[in-house]
Amino acid sequence: MTKMHVTTTINGEPVEFLSDPAASMLDALRGPLGLTGTKEGCGTGDCGACSITVDGRLVCACLMLAVEAEGAEIGTIEGMAQGDHLHPLQQKFLEMAALQCGICTPGVLIAAKSLLEKNPDPTEEDVRFGLAGNLCRCTGYDKIVRAVLETAAEMRSAA
Amino acid sequence: MNDMSNKWIGARTIRPDGADKVTGRAQYSSDYNMPGMVWGKVLRSPHAHARIRGIDTSKAEALPGVKAVVTAKDIVEFPLDKSVMLGIQDMRWMCRNVMAREKALFHGHPIAAVAAINEEVAAQACALIEVDYEVLPHVIEIEDAIRPDAPILHEWNQFEGKPSNIAGTMVLKAGDIEKGFAEADLVVERTFTTRPVHQGHIEPQSCTVSYAADGRVTIWSSSQGQFMVRAMTSLLTGIPQSNIRAIPAEIGGGFGAKTIIYLEPVAVMLSKKSGRPVKMVMTREEVQRATGPAPGSRMTVKIGAKKDGTLVAAQGTFYLQAGALPGSPLRGPVGCSFAAYAIPNVLSVGYDVVSNRSKVAAYRAPGAPHGAFAAECVLDEIAEALGLDPLDMRLKNSAKPGDKAIYGPVFGAVTFKETVEAIKHHPHYKAPLDKNPAPGVKRGRGVASGFWYNAGGESSVQVNITEDGNVLVTTGHPDVGGSRASIANVVAELLGIDHARVNVMIGDTQTIGFSNLTGGSRVTFASAMVATASTEKVIGQLKERAAKIWNIDAEAVKWDDGMALPAGDNAGKFPPLSLKELAAKANEMGGPIGTQVQLNTTGADPGFATHCVDVEVDVELGIIRVIRYTAAQDVGRALHPGYVEGQIQGGVVQGIGWALSEEYLYDAKGRVDNASFLDYRMPVCSDVPMIEALVIEIPNPKHPQGVRGVGEAPIVPPLAAIANAVHDALGTRFYALPMSPPKVTARLEEA
Repeated sequence: MTKMHVTTTINGEPVEFLSDPAASMLDALRGPLGLTGTKEGCGTGDCGACSITVDGRLVCACLMLAVEAEGAEIGTIEGMAQGDHLHPLQQKFLEMAALQCGICTPGVLIAAKSLLEKNPDPTEEDVRFGLAGNLCRCTGYDKIVRAVLETAAEMRSAA
Repeated sequence: MNDMSNKWIGARTIRPDGADKVTGRAQYSSDYNMPGMVWGKVLRSPHAHARIRGIDTSKAEALPGVKAVVTAKDIVEFPLDKSVMLGIQDMRWMCRNVMAREKALFHGHPIAAVAAINEEVAAQACALIEVDYEVLPHVIEIEDAIRPDAPILHEWNQFEGKPSNIAGTMVLKAGDIEKGFAEADLVVERTFTTRPVHQGHIEPQSCTVSYAADGRVTIWSSSQGQFMVRAMTSLLTGIPQSNIRAIPAEIGGGFGAKTIIYLEPVAVMLSKKSGRPVKMVMTREEVQRATGPAPGSRMTVKIGAKKDGTLVAAQGTFYLQAGALPGSPLRGPVGCSFAAYAIPNVLSVGYDVVSNRSKVAAYRAPGAPHGAFAAECVLDEIAEALGLDPLDMRLKNSAKPGDKAIYGPVFGAVTFKETVEAIKHHPHYKAPLDKNPAPGVKRGRGVASGFWYNAGGESSVQVNITEDGNVLVTTGHPDVGGSRASIANVVAELLGIDHARVNVMIGDTQTIGFSNLTGGSRVTFASAMVATASTEKVIGQLKERAAKIWNIDAEAVKWDDGMALPAGDNAGKFPPLSLKELAAKANEMGGPIGTQVQLNTTGADPGFATHCVDVEVDVELGIIRVIRYTAAQDVGRALHPGYVEGQIQGGVVQGIGWALSEEYLYDAKGRVDNASFLDYRMPVCSDVPMIEALVIEIPNPKHPQGVRGVGEAPIVPPLAAIANAVHDALGTRFYALPMSPPKVTARLEEA
């Protein structure tokens, strides 16, 4: 099938790529774009390991066509830290052992960042429902929820 | 070393692999690519049970873009009459699991595989392979598989003189079971069932493999043991181990599932035939259909007690589903169910039952949660009937040091009581519980305990001092949940240097000595022990170098706080030499500083856990929610408390899923009907509360830091604890898992 030309912005940088019209955004990220930080756990939108943002909206990259990135602003895990300065969520996840194997971590971090942008002062319940689309099989979620709550508190006091 | 004032042991340090994992840079299995790589895809059986009369791959091979096709003919065959074991895996079954031979034994069983220029062409080629099947009647459930007229999977397998689906048994005995029950004032006997549950690792199995022109093979894949990948691939392809380099990618969850392989030998043969590197990635559907879950079970447990709660006899009969090929984890329920208790008369029998479903694989404390579900629910019923507190009854019957364990050895330390007491005295157990908080809502509290063997085994650890006086540690164990952080803590402590100066990496099969699987709750135990031996050797080298520089005996040098100091008569005569200073002088004073120690470690005392849980039941909808959970476990010594708590919390939540929502559903044709994360319902964040981990530290005297394995015991008690809590809420006992809404409502309507 003839490939389509896509012009988009990923993590603030202009990007052009060619895509099979049927390819998912996840395939494009992990394939031609080389951004393998976005993970594939299911390919059906059930695990959240491929969470990205599209124009600020939280999306499972496996459920989006790559060609839909045309003209959009895409955010992936590779753009979360500013150089060697980790995002407060990334730092807190390390300090609080909120990851074990780490395969769900990029998706969880993207979803948590998206949640805090919308709701800087979430309750535990807000966090649990905000992250309900991200499966983690290692941690039992306890340390993830605590790390998000603590980051939110720190970000509020720093603001 | 067990001093609680340690600087690094017990500290919540940041893991060496952490920054890569929160920035997306860590390389997991499917993140590797090779120049010129092609894609492999597996053709899977559309039938649950069928004889394979022939396979014609010619049309697939002729399709443009196809580079190679393999079938069972390309995989080494292990004849049925001779067992060849690698660890607990029999190669007779492994060769038939990676590629069906005489028969397709389950829906999804690999029949052939294709390598092609891309995934689409590979899939098209799979569709062009013509397989001549003779479809056979299939059997899925245990009770159907053990019927006299059941379809037989393996005609050569006999049980009690007849072809059978019972492929093995295990029996453990103590005392005289009949006499024991005769002495009992109360005997409770119940039959329980559990459904197969998947480990649910979020990363599907995958690999990238290169078979080079000189016959050397490189494998990038995630597993719970690169040496297992090497050995199994060698056995199944006939390529010598010395020609296989297995590189452990970061692993996206294993929980036992990745202690065996599916794709690697197939990819090696595709790469050999095509002359190209080959990448294979399972879809989630393939993972759910064709990789090993934990077995389902059918169990009868009978326990006899005196009026005062003294247990006098226990009998367990455990049927486990092996899947299509023999090998369910019988030692789990048979050995663990009664192990924490001093019961004089025990008969524990397990049956390994094959049926037309994917071959089981290890899952966290394999088989033990099943047995504990049955035994700990019966104990709850006995305590209730006798009017005893269930924790007091457990305390009364705890095994003691010096008792002979049902599975053979004599117990050293038994720290079961400490876990029971920790729960008994915890505010959770004493907190009032409003049992009817609203109309149609009921609450209840339950407890249960669990036992796991733990394990030692082979480990290799290198410690090398860099030229600038820092430390690189290499271990041979894939790190599934933070083991690098624990090892960094140990080495920093021993050397008396800042944690950040110690880097820990996982070696591949060509860069580190043999190391056994990450499994059985063994890695932190074994690798900390070997890292200690290795670091102590390096400290010996450092003291020798200092002695040489000072021209005194090495015995007259001590190592303290990261520095060599003259000791005894020489104390104070020379200024101390730091690790950096000694490293700078290494070459002129005798050469590089570093060593590798390889040991078969022993002394892994068993793990005990006791849990308390509160549940809330929506009576109308049948929804059971866990609203409070406290899990006590003796971990010996928590090298990194964050990852120890994490093991406990994660194990508990897997147990919650097992108890309340997870199960395999099959359709009438023997196909998995819920092969997705949408329909196979694992707990999500909003399903569960915080999980309080009560970390008890009674140092294991047989380990330099006092470590006991942690990872498996936490999944043993939850099934029973939750069932006991549901009984407390509803007055109804559930003997079948999962207690999912349709089953709960059906049961309540029945009542």
